[in-house]
Order: sequence, then structure tokens, then C-alpha cells
Amino acid sequence: MVRSIRNLFRVQRPLDRPATWGDAVVLVTVFAVIYVGAKLAAGARSVIQGPQISLEPAALPAYAAMSLARMAGAYVLSLVFTLVYGHVAARNRRAEQVLIPLLDVLQSVPILSFLPVVLLSLSAVLPQRLALELAAVVLIFTSQVWNMTFSWYQSLRTIPEDLQEAAAAFGLSRWQRFKTLELPFATIPLVWNSVMSWAGGWFFLMAAEAFTVGKRDFRLPGLGSYLRKAAEDSNSHAMLVGVVALVALIVLLDQLLWRPLLAWSNRFQLSAVAGEVKPTSWFYDALRGSRIVRLLSERVLRPVLLGVDELISRGLGGRAEPAERHEGLSPIGYVFSVGAGAALAYGAYRGAVMLFAVPAHQWASILLGVVATFGRVIAALAIAFSWTVPFGVLLASRPRLGALAQPLVQIAASIPATALFPIVLLFLLRLPWGLDAAAILLMLMGTQWYLLFNVLAGASAIPQDLRYTSLLLPLSRWQRWRVLILPALFPYLITGAITAGGGAWNASIVSEYVQFGGEGKSVVGIGALISHATAAGHYPLLFAATLSMILTVVMVNRLVWRRLYRVAERRYRME
Amino acid sequence: MSGNGTLLELRNIRQVYEGRFVAIENMNLVVRVGEFVALLGPSGCGKSTLLRIITGLQRPTSGEVLYRGQPTVSVNPRATIVFQTFALFPWLTAADNVEVVLKARGIPRLVRAARTMDLLDKVGLDGFENAYPRELSGGMRQKVGFARAMAVEPELLCMDEPFSALDVLSADSLRGELLELWLEKQMPTQAILMVTHDIEEALFLADRIVVMEKNPGRVIADLPITLPHPRNRKAPAFLQRMDEIYALLAGQTQPEAIEVGTPPGEPGPTRLLPHVPMGDVTGLLEHLAESPVATHDIYRLADEIGTDSDRLLRTIEAAELLGFVTIGKGDITLTPLGETMAEASIQGRKDIMATRVRRLPIVAWLLTMLQRADAHLLEADVIETALEWTFPSEESQRQIATLIDWGRYAELFSYDEERKVFYLEPARTAQVPKE
Repeated sequence: MVRSIRNLFRVQRPLDRPATWGDAVVLVTVFAVIYVGAKLAAGARSVIQGPQISLEPAALPAYAAMSLARMAGAYVLSLVFTLVYGHVAARNRRAEQVLIPLLDVLQSVPILSFLPVVLLSLSAVLPQRLALELAAVVLIFTSQVWNMTFSWYQSLRTIPEDLQEAAAAFGLSRWQRFKTLELPFATIPLVWNSVMSWAGGWFFLMAAEAFTVGKRDFRLPGLGSYLRKAAEDSNSHAMLVGVVALVALIVLLDQLLWRPLLAWSNRFQLSAVAGEVKPTSWFYDALRGSRIVRLLSERVLRPVLLGVDELISRGLGGRAEPAERHEGLSPIGYVFSVGAGAALAYGAYRGAVMLFAVPAHQWASILLGVVATFGRVIAALAIAFSWTVPFGVLLASRPRLGALAQPLVQIAASIPATALFPIVLLFLLRLPWGLDAAAILLMLMGTQWYLLFNVLAGASAIPQDLRYTSLLLPLSRWQRWRVLILPALFPYLITGAITAGGGAWNASIVSEYVQFGGEGKSVVGIGALISHATAAGHYPLLFAATLSMILTVVMVNRLVWRRLYRVAERRYRME
Repeated sequence: MSGNGTLLELRNIRQVYEGRFVAIENMNLVVRVGEFVALLGPSGCGKSTLLRIITGLQRPTSGEVLYRGQPTVSVNPRATIVFQTFALFPWLTAADNVEVVLKARGIPRLVRAARTMDLLDKVGLDGFENAYPRELSGGMRQKVGFARAMAVEPELLCMDEPFSALDVLSADSLRGELLELWLEKQMPTQAILMVTHDIEEALFLADRIVVMEKNPGRVIADLPITLPHPRNRKAPAFLQRMDEIYALLAGQTQPEAIEVGTPPGEPGPTRLLPHVPMGDVTGLLEHLAESPVATHDIYRLADEIGTDSDRLLRTIEAAELLGFVTIGKGDITLTPLGETMAEASIQGRKDIMATRVRRLPIVAWLLTMLQRADAHLLEADVIETALEWTFPSEESQRQIATLIDWGRYAELFSYDEERKVFYLEPARTAQVPKE
């Protein structure tokens, strides 16, 4: 269990990567793309009519199905993207120099900050419903894809050399190499990252389905908009039913899809590690035990797969060369690179022009907003730290209590915070400083679990002999924490905080400006500024604010977290 | 050149890394049909690299690989390789591991299953078709490796230390079985080329032993072995050949100046420190001192100490370099200093070691740099960068690891693992004698 949790919440990223010329290209690309989005956004209609949401429980299955379809669509997209992108990055050294920094930056950027730009620009060029659906899928995709891609890339780069040589020496074709070597080797991390991505995706789906600013109603029929509508109508029955439906959907998927996949993927373990608990799944065991399923898989599935295999083999046959990495560019790649470079340069130039159009007082409010939101992020992290550290250590040291709390914690963690946010608003908005409190609460709800699970993993990783030693030595409680527990937790806390911090910035987009029951409310913050700019159609401001937020997060990651992480890796690693 | 019966010919193979480090120098080799050739040499002599060049997995910096007289350009489909680490796909069963190779050769599905069973049968794995590699013992895994290699129906079977990852008993029985298949012509293979660092193994199996030396990797002898099979490891003729090969590999103690070489960065060859923990060296000296005779046959030591020939040769090299033993004609003799060392107390040994290690140019070079450095402290990175002018980066790291071990033992300098720095302790920089 502990291993599974650790795998689930460990962020895979190239943390110790020095800055390269690739980073510059990436930053310019992000800059240019947001500019194009902001430019397109100008064409969006100023009034967007939202859908009618029915609070009838009978309507729920359809809403759940629509939400699920968006998730599934985004996931399939992510998977395809992952396989292609990771392969190119792993095999072509030149491409790798741009593709990996791009992954790295996009992984740490608050994805939700893209939401307004994506929504506006898509609805300017596409029919409304299609644009909104696409925006939701794109948003989920951008939240899911990076860690999956990185894990696939990492796997491709770490395939043991003897297996690669065997594949080459025995003349496996490209398709065979993919099927018998690359994919099996990458399966375990890929499945774990899929589980993680899927869980994260709900957060963004719920936000996207319930997004409204000013006269622009971007809502989509789904569980997110259902919960929002229920909260706006103060319909407590509907709120309850909605939350139960959402949790049921999430738990069901976990039990019927992800757990079985995890249990199945375990067969791709390179070597059995002693003392490691294998992921198990009752559903998977039931499937394997079932005679009908076996019959189906032998009579139908296997022949079909064999047929597909033969077909692809014929198409992709031919002996693969030893997996050498390509150094340079083909002529087409060269032309493409030059073209893309020129387009980027032009986009960046136009973007800079747009930035200069932002007046000084707006820059001042951006600065103020960044500082205010930063303050909230720190507050949320501080609160999260203050309860998760003692609680996590307690759970880890009392196995019985831990076993009892585990399922509850997991279910609580599985509910996307954005789904509950309307309900939180319903109660908090009546209080003074209510929206401030709500904004911090949403950040907290979205991030505390990352910390808790990391604390749990860290506390359980303390070797038993050290634990005994600290008990045998007459160490005071405080000394025990200072000498043993905190140093042991440190790397885990940093990892947790990096993820949590990213989540908190995301939350600011939907929590600092809310439109609830017909009236809009906002607090000072960069998230509120982005939403205001979206509502009012101040596209240069939208561009500048989005960019500022992304830059702030990237800088904080580079300057603070990575350094701490390096210290953690060097000094506090348990081996 | 490539007359009748020549299967493989290497012409002037040269492999250079990072533009200046020669891993293999001017290698020429002919393998003829019907031969079982062993490539024998210490680790780092490039013999595994050579195997990759021969099979086409790697391209040499220069030189030609001729197969049946034709230059090879990519992976040779008529050669195959058995790996030291088995290199089985862990997610495929024994049968699937074999079948995937048949499939890659385009053999139709209906034929594949039968042929797979046949191959597994041949290596004695019937009944284990559906076992995953992790369920099999090391010896059985390597049998799958053999079955898979035979699925290619190779003319040239290359083996990269195929028995060195196995326990002694499995290795022995597998060697016997391989020999049986080979001698009774039960496989379509025309020639076998085996890489090994184990002298006894080479002598037990091969018709010809090509002895290689390192820095740079090159051939120093090509010995036909005509002992009849089955060979008896205790027979006088066998032992005599062992002695002869040990003599070749252990070399001859040279005058000190040649033996220790020059410091890094100066003209002349820099002597590599053999990567041996100091404890092994003192263990060897104690073993030698305990016996009544002054001179030993090196080939007997491997059995007596219970180590393989590669590690033994490295330990002997270290002892020789430090002046504790002399080597000549396959014999090892304890020097008076070695005897003193073997009998000394712990502190006495450290004192002797300090004087012996200090006179190695690479150590003296490091000490001088430390003396000159601010606070007598240098980062390991700096040393590594400096060494990389002389050695490839992998070797530099090995040299640093050995320097740390030896330097710590002799208390010449200290090393802080956490900060990755070498430093002189204050007492020692002032040359104050210790109590």
C-alpha cells in the first residue's frame, strides 16, 4: 500500500536539469502560443449562453456519462501523444533538447491559467458547443499528459542495454521491439502515471464544466455543472446526490479499471523485489478466474490480436537497426525547424507589441495580484503542512489506526476539490472575508492530500532499526523529531510541496473570482485578474496576467524548490 | 587471405573512445570453421566490445570485419550472442523468449511452436516452457539463452562470459552440456567464440585461446589447445597450460621506474591502479606468509584462496605494484617487505602502506595538489576532470574510488563522501609525527 501511494504521488520530473538553449526556445514558444490565443480571443462573442442544467436525479447518469466521455477522450489523446512524443524525444538527440525542457516547463505551469485563453480562442473560431467541449478536453489533456510522457521517455532511455542488444542481435523488427521490449518495460510506470493523471484530470474537468465569467457562461452539461447548479440553488438534496454520484463514479473506475490494470501490469516487473507488496485487485482476480472471460479471450481476443499483430508486422516489418540515437536533422526537419523558428520569432514579436500596450497601472495591479495570490498559496501550504505532518506520522506509527484511516483518506482525496467548491462557497460567502477564506480553502483541499501521502510514504520509509535506536536512546520527543523524523521526511515534504504548490496556483483561477447565484465577487489576486480580463475582454491584460502567473510559478520552482530538492537528495536520502 | 574454412576475419580493428582513449589496438583475428575460440583477458581489455563489433552491434572506429570474406555492415544475421546477464525478456515465458526469435526470422506460426519445443528440449528445459525467467535458476535461464541463440541457427555462436553470473555448480554442469552439444555436432553452429576472464574455463572448453592484455586492449598470445576432451582439470598437462597462461597474464616484475609509471599529465605511461580493496592485498600476503615455501605457482592460488582468476590477477598486480611480491614465469614470491607487512600490527601495516602508496606517481601527484590547494582541500570533481586528460571517464571514476580506498587505509589523506572532497587533515599537513 505504501509503495503504491508513493508511486501515485511522486512527481516524475527532470528536477536536476540545468538550463539549456532549449529552455529559451520553450519559453518563447509558450509566450507565442499564449499570444496567439489572446489574439484569437478577441473574436469571441461577448455573451455566451450556458446550458440548462436539470437537478433531477434522473438526469445524473447522462451527466456522469458526459463527464466520463470527456475524461476518456482526453486520456486517449494523452496516451497517443505520449507514445509519439516520448519516442521522438528518446531517439533524436536534437529534438530531445527542445522536447524535454518543454515537458519540464509545461509540467510545472498552472494549467488552469490557460483555461480562459483556450476557451475564448476556441469559441472564437469554432461553433460554441464544440469549442467548449474541445476546450475541456484540451485542458484535461494538458493536465494529464506531461507526467505520462515523461515516464515513457524515461523508460525508453533506461531500458537495460543487454535487452536492447538482444533485440538488435536477434533481428527484432521495429514493431516487435516496441511490442516485446519497449512497451512491456514501460508499462508499470506508465500505468502508475496514468492513474495519477486520471485522478488529476477530474480536478480540471470539474473546473472546466462549471466555468463562468461575467456574461460568458462556459458551462458544459456534466457533473461539475450539476454540482454548481445545486449549490447555487441551495438544493442540499441535489448537492448530496451529486457528490455521491461523483464519488461512486471515481471509486468504480478505480476498482474496475485502474486497480485491475495495476495488478495486471505487475507481470512486467523486471525482477521480484523482496518484501514488496504487489498491487492486488479483486476484480482482476475474478476476471482471471472466470471461465467465460477465458473463453472469450481465447476464442475472440487472441485471434483478433494475432491478426492485428500480423497486419502491423507486415506494415512495419523489416529489421530494426540497433537502437542508435539520431544525431542531426533530415532536410525536411531542417526546413521545418527554420519555418517553426521564424513563426515563433514573429509570434514573439507580436506578443511583445501586445505586452507594451498594457498600461503601467495594469502592470502594477498584476504585481499586486501575484503577491496576494502568492500569500494565499503560502498560507494554504502552511496550513496543509501543520496538520498533515503530525497526522501522517501518527498514521504511519500506528499501523492499526493507519489501516482504518486509509480508505477514508483515499476516498476524501479522490474527490476533486473543484467539485466541492460551489458547496464551500454556499457556506463561506455569507461570512466577512468569506471569499478569501474560500480561496485558501480550495487551495488547501486541492493540495493537502499530496502532502499527506508524501508524509505517509516518508514516515513509513524510516528503517525499523533507526526507529528502535531512537526509542532506546533517551531522546526527548522534540529531539526525536529533530534528529530522526524531520530529516527522514524532508525529501518527501519537498516533493509533496512542489506538487501541492502547483495545485494551489491552479486553484486561484477558479477561486479568486466567483460568480455565484447571479452575482460576481472577487478578491485581489492574479487569478481574479485573469478572470476579470476574460469577462471584460481586456485581451492584452489577459495575456500579460497569464504570462506573469506562469513565469512566477516557473521561477519559484527553479529558485526555491529545486534547490531544496537538491539538498534533500544529497543529504537526507535513506539508503 | 580468407582462404578455405575461414568464417570470420578481423582486420586491424581499432576502437577509440572520446577521440583519444584506445580501447582496442590493431586487432587481427581469424576464426575458422570447426573452431572453439576463447578470448581471454582481464576486465577492461575490450574483449566484450570486440564481441559486439564482431556481431555488428557496434561499429569499430577503424578496421574491417569480414564474414566469409565479405565485409559486414550491420548486425550479422548468421551470428548470434549469448549474454552474460542472459538478457531474457522478463515478461515472456521461456517458450515465448525462444519463439520471438523464430518470429523475427519470419518462420510461420505453425512451425514455430514445434521448433520452440524442440529447442527447449535440446537444452533440457522440457517442462519449463511456461515458466517466466524469474522462476528459473541462473543456470536454467542461461539454458533459455542458449536455446534462443540456437533458434537463429547461427553459424557463429558468440558468448559473452556466459557462465560468470552462475554459481559454481550450475556453471560446471552447463559447460559440460554445451561441450556435449558442440562436440557431438548437435547444433548447426560452425564455430564458437567465447569471451571469458576465467583461465580455467577457457582451458577446459576451447581449442584455441587468444590472450588479450589491456591499456590498450591487444592480443599478446594465440595458443592452440590440443588437450583431448573430456579434459581433466587436475591432469598435469592441464595444470602446465594453466601455469603458462597465468605467467602470460601476470607478467614479469619490472624495474621500479617502469613498474610505477609516470604521474598523470606527464609524458610516459601512467600506471593504472588496479581496482582492488586493500583488504584483499593484505589477505593475499597473509596467505603467502603462512606457507613454508617462498615461491608459489600463481595458478594454484585461485583454488586455495577461493577466488576467480580475474580478481586474483588484479590483487597480485596491486601487491606487485606496491613491492610486496615479485612475479616471474607464473610464480609469485613474497619480498622481505611483503613478509614484514604480513606480520606487522595494524598500525605497522598502515605505516608501511603510507610509505609504499606515497611513492606511486598518481598518489604523489594527488598529495602535491592537496598540499598546494587552499585549506588543503580539493573537490573530487576537480581530480576527476584532471584524470580525464589521461583516462576515459569511467576509468577515472574507478581510479578515484581506488585512490580513496588506498589513501584512507594508509591515512595519507581523507575523503568526505557527503561533500565529495579530498582533504589533508591538519596534523598531517604540518608533518607532525603521530603518537
